[in-house]
Amino acid sequence: MTTTEVTPAAKNTVQADRIRRVALTLAAPLLAIVISLVITSLVLVSTGTPAFHTFKIMLDYAAQPRTTTLIINSAVTYYFAALAVAVGFRMNLFNIGVDGQYRLAAMLAASVGGAVTLPAPLHVSLIIGVAALVGAMWAGIAGLLKVYRGVSEVISTIMLNFIATGLVAYLLAPGRLAVTTTGSNNIGTKEIPPSGRVPGIDLIPGSPLQVYGLLVLAIAAGFAYWFLIERTRFGFELRATGLNEAAAVASGVNVKRMVLVSMLISGGVAGLVGMPQLLGSSYNYSLDFPAGLGFTGIAIALLGRNTAIGVAIGALLFGFLDNSSQILDLEGVAKEIVLITQGVIVLSVVVAYEIVRRYRIIAQQRDVGRSLAQPQQPVVAEGVTP
Amino acid sequence: MSTSTQTGTSDAGHTPDEDPALARRRAVTNKRYRLLIAVALGLVALSAVRVFSGAGDLTSGGTIGAALSLAVPIGMAGLGGLWAERAGVVNIGLEGMMILGTFGAGWIGWQHGPWLGVLAAIVFGTLGGLVHSIATVSFGVDHIVSGVAINILGLGVTQFLASVLLEGTPGGGESQSPRIPPLPTVSIPGLNDLLLPLEKHGWFLISDLAGIVRGLTTNVSVLTLVAVGLVIATYYVLWQTPFGLRLRSCGEDPYAAESLGVRVYLHKHIAVLVSGALAGFAGAYLAIVAAGIYREGQTGGRGYIGLAAMIFGNWRPGGLVAGAGLFGYTDAMQLRNAEAVHALLLVVALILAGVAIASVIRRRFVSAVISTVIGILMVVWYARTDALPDQITFMTPYITTLLVLALASQRLRMPKADGLVYRRGGSR
Amino acid sequence: MSTEAASTPEVGPDPSAPAAVELTGITKRFPGVVANSDVNLRVRRGSVHAVVGENGAGKSTLMKTLYGMHRPDEGTIEIDGERVDLHSPADAIARGVGMVHQHFMLADNFTVLENVVLGAEPRRGLGLDRGAARERIREIGRQYGLEVDPDALVERLGVGDRQRVEIIKVLYRGARTLVLDEPTAVLVPQEVDELFAALQELKAQGLSIIFISHKLDEVLSVADDITVMRRGTTVATVDPKTVTSRQLAELMVGTELPSPQTTESTVTDVPVLEVSGLGLVDDDGRALLEDIGFTIHRGEVLGIAGVEGNGQAELVEAIMGMRLTSGGTVRLGTEDITHWSTRRRREAGCGFIPEDRQRHGLLVTSPLWENRILGHQTQSPNTRGPLIDRSGAKADTRRIVREYDVRTPSIEVLASALSGGNQQKLIVGREMSGEPKLLIAAHPTRGVDVGAQAAIWDLLRAARADGLAVLLISADLDELIGLSDTLTVILRGRLVARGIDPAGVTPEQLGSAMTGAGGEAA
Repeated sequence: MTTTEVTPAAKNTVQADRIRRVALTLAAPLLAIVISLVITSLVLVSTGTPAFHTFKIMLDYAAQPRTTTLIINSAVTYYFAALAVAVGFRMNLFNIGVDGQYRLAAMLAASVGGAVTLPAPLHVSLIIGVAALVGAMWAGIAGLLKVYRGVSEVISTIMLNFIATGLVAYLLAPGRLAVTTTGSNNIGTKEIPPSGRVPGIDLIPGSPLQVYGLLVLAIAAGFAYWFLIERTRFGFELRATGLNEAAAVASGVNVKRMVLVSMLISGGVAGLVGMPQLLGSSYNYSLDFPAGLGFTGIAIALLGRNTAIGVAIGALLFGFLDNSSQILDLEGVAKEIVLITQGVIVLSVVVAYEIVRRYRIIAQQRDVGRSLAQPQQPVVAEGVTP
Repeated sequence: MSTSTQTGTSDAGHTPDEDPALARRRAVTNKRYRLLIAVALGLVALSAVRVFSGAGDLTSGGTIGAALSLAVPIGMAGLGGLWAERAGVVNIGLEGMMILGTFGAGWIGWQHGPWLGVLAAIVFGTLGGLVHSIATVSFGVDHIVSGVAINILGLGVTQFLASVLLEGTPGGGESQSPRIPPLPTVSIPGLNDLLLPLEKHGWFLISDLAGIVRGLTTNVSVLTLVAVGLVIATYYVLWQTPFGLRLRSCGEDPYAAESLGVRVYLHKHIAVLVSGALAGFAGAYLAIVAAGIYREGQTGGRGYIGLAAMIFGNWRPGGLVAGAGLFGYTDAMQLRNAEAVHALLLVVALILAGVAIASVIRRRFVSAVISTVIGILMVVWYARTDALPDQITFMTPYITTLLVLALASQRLRMPKADGLVYRRGGSR
Repeated sequence: MSTEAASTPEVGPDPSAPAAVELTGITKRFPGVVANSDVNLRVRRGSVHAVVGENGAGKSTLMKTLYGMHRPDEGTIEIDGERVDLHSPADAIARGVGMVHQHFMLADNFTVLENVVLGAEPRRGLGLDRGAARERIREIGRQYGLEVDPDALVERLGVGDRQRVEIIKVLYRGARTLVLDEPTAVLVPQEVDELFAALQELKAQGLSIIFISHKLDEVLSVADDITVMRRGTTVATVDPKTVTSRQLAELMVGTELPSPQTTESTVTDVPVLEVSGLGLVDDDGRALLEDIGFTIHRGEVLGIAGVEGNGQAELVEAIMGMRLTSGGTVRLGTEDITHWSTRRRREAGCGFIPEDRQRHGLLVTSPLWENRILGHQTQSPNTRGPLIDRSGAKADTRRIVREYDVRTPSIEVLASALSGGNQQKLIVGREMSGEPKLLIAAHPTRGVDVGAQAAIWDLLRAARADGLAVLLISADLDELIGLSDTLTVILRGRLVARGIDPAGVTPEQLGSAMTGAGGEAA
């Protein structure tokens, strides 16, 4: 009978699979990036722009300390968005509503922050807490609709995005939550006093700008995400529900509760998306607060395969694309080209992952078959009475 | 030989001796009667609120006409969704394909005329559909992930192309195109003159009906007629032809279809391409008929609302039309008259009253209580305000979508293999 | 190794006609396994030819090759004497080969008519000619005695009717050779008789039938020729008149066949599971379970027999807490668990071996040790507090692999790489850990090769001896009769014919009770 001693053949199988797994995990995103570079080059060339030149300009510009700081700052913001989406993705939930969640959260948190003055740590915590709470509740609506009425969260979160836009527009008017900033046409919430602001970090030498202080929170969030998903029982159940809901139910998971809690967590993290900018540079929520970060988050989550590290790298990549493209205007290249790059990356990465996944399963089946192939075994097990 | 025996699960709801075919026919007729009654009651409620609140725009010809032209893009997007989902492919990317369509219509339309603009829009939309079908059908990518990617890509491509191709055009720029020459409209002759005075009288029910009929038959764009034709053609092709049967089988049980020699991949590809084409057509309508130009962001989520209309319509063309009409109506209301939107609160309250009564009859008490409470809140809100602020009315179609889905999602039946990632030679 | 006796000339196949189907030297490989190796099969025109072999012998793969669902790596196919190359089911259908699958290939939301004509639709102009289709279906029904209502929704048909639809489907396309894959797996003895009568009718009209089965008694009664397959290759072709069931079984397995007989009784009088008055309704208000009541004691195996679709799956889900019941109580030991969640029931000692292991029992894309945690994620050794105890889970998985003979090179392997039998052994090992009080085993040896099947029977017997209460649900009447201490039949959501003593009942008597056609033995 088989023992627990691992045969050489078995060891090889495990090793081969491990190497394969690492190689394939890297191969897919790399392949996607290469493909999108090729396609971007084709598009550039077709509009009469030299491709290599364009890339070189972008890279040079990115290396400048000021741009590097901007890239890291963008990445910090994107990271929260992507983490929020990734939590949902792990459970096969599509939280497309990150966009509405973070804007509503940022606006309400900014209003609260501007209305009070507390000792610094408390003030900051209050603002962040309000943001997370609002985001969680807004996502919770979609969660409730899914659990109790069977409404697809894809459509409900998208609808909630639009409703959030309307709500924010309604509230961001003088007399309600906004005040007119002196000396400009801009309308925004009351500015947050210094006790509610988060100081920056001088991370990049030679840069006139500082990196958002909430980089620390982002790193903590990433670690917390990894730990929750991979090491806790809750994370196990979340992954199980995403992999095979029927099996999860049979194993005792309360799927309805899982869906609700996941949406709440996802929305809570989404609420944090606006915090680095709000507490690090703008100090109020106004009409030109960045929008559309939610969809970038989705793209990055897909690219980073919903893992804490992968998403971080993806966030940096997208940050690079967004910021270094700013220089292109000066060179006469339409900077929207990066939108195509991003779109193609997303599409090719999901195709690449699918191919890779299937290959891995087949390879492993072949390996197992080979390593178990033994001379004729008696078909009857021991202990059977004839 | 013995005749068929039915063990275990048998036809429910009929006496053991009744012919099942007869029972089926009776059930269908019953459902049709119930539908007619519901529509009639809805009309009465609408009319009553109009008389009470004096908001003539609730049922005026102008509003209905606007509702029709806003319903078309939603309905066409929903029809695209229907084609894809009936073949088992979920198409969340309709919005992206629609955006591509608006651009195609704008870019080609302003230079070469509206009809070529429509064609260009369809081509652009179909290309979007092609990407989706290759990803999902050929490579087996998760449908929703691919759809979201297409939305991102569609927006990106459009913004890029717009910045390159529309910059420096007369009256246009990177976020909008120059004016597109319009398409002709048609009306049934004489009807307008006949019905307009009737409508102006403000009589209960008669004037409302006059307004509705006038709105549906006056100054209707030819593209609307094409759209209606597409809906009818869809019904015929999908439910009355062998091709349609095979396509629907791919959405119900692709492995059974495969075992009978149906080319499942081919039918899925065709369905998704048609889906993209219809989304592109919807974009053309938005750009050419509704706005007259391509403008960035003009789709406003209508691709998703179209999907909601499809779900509301239980994945059938008839229901889809009803859903699109409903959403088009709320869309029209928020664009026109604040007073009328305000009065809509009362309409909603009345509908909720109906829902509450129906819930009580079905002994679903929680549902009844919730409906009653919200209904009362609606009435209070109406009474205490004079008008709804713009930003709130902007939200009307989206809130309606949510409400409709929340109330209707559970009683619907989607194609059984919808969203299933099918691989040839695999098993269930 | 092939023994072919001459057929008697009364009602039988014509020996001079070319063979309806001749497969020569067929080999088919998949990643990791050789499914068919040098298979030879010759089916005479106008005969019923049975292909027997245990689970995993390669019968289904062979038939899929014949039906064009995949190409053979080596070998030739001849139909009616002509060499053919089949690229798809459409080719096979065009050649007159029709397949009735074991798991019905029917679209629930379509009518009988739509399912039958799909892919071969009669046309009128551009449209589908439903009238002609209806007429033809009724005609086939009359001709072969297989009548069904063409406009009925397949979803509402029972199992016997669905099989009729499958047969009509192939006859509609002019099949001259029918392949039936395990057709009697879901039928009770009376329905089997009806099916066999229909087969005789088809044979009389000149059709040839290939009949795949592992039920040797049935095969001996209906076949003209029998081919035995083992481990992917053909072992022998025999004349049913010259061979016994036992001999066939030995050919199938290569050595003596294990049987599920239990030895001495271990039943105590301590009740473990008491169910009374249990009911369950579906969303439309139809009763799926009505007034279910039974008791299982320590050391007792209660077997529930029934045709698929009579409430077994719902009963299992109700006891596991996966579905809301509409009345009645469930007690585990002294506790009333009627309103407990699935988690609580599992923690209290309910083990569950699901009918469909890939759907309800495993995460196929996860490694074995993560699958070990599934279902027990609140208990040690898998977790410590809110955290997963990886080393604990891995160590315990190694133990299970060792004690339950799960053939795998390591515990890091994905579950999908294991064979069905080994997956099942892992599940049994998992469910038996943590000292369960009750074990629910639903079709525990479905899709499992004979070796693993014997092992699992052993494990169930051992569990019973250890004092577990076992609820056994199975469609294998031999398994039920052999393993159970008490038998009960479920029919249309109710328990009928209770308290049957397995020692005194035959499969035919059980079958009658399962269809409600008669009484049962005491």
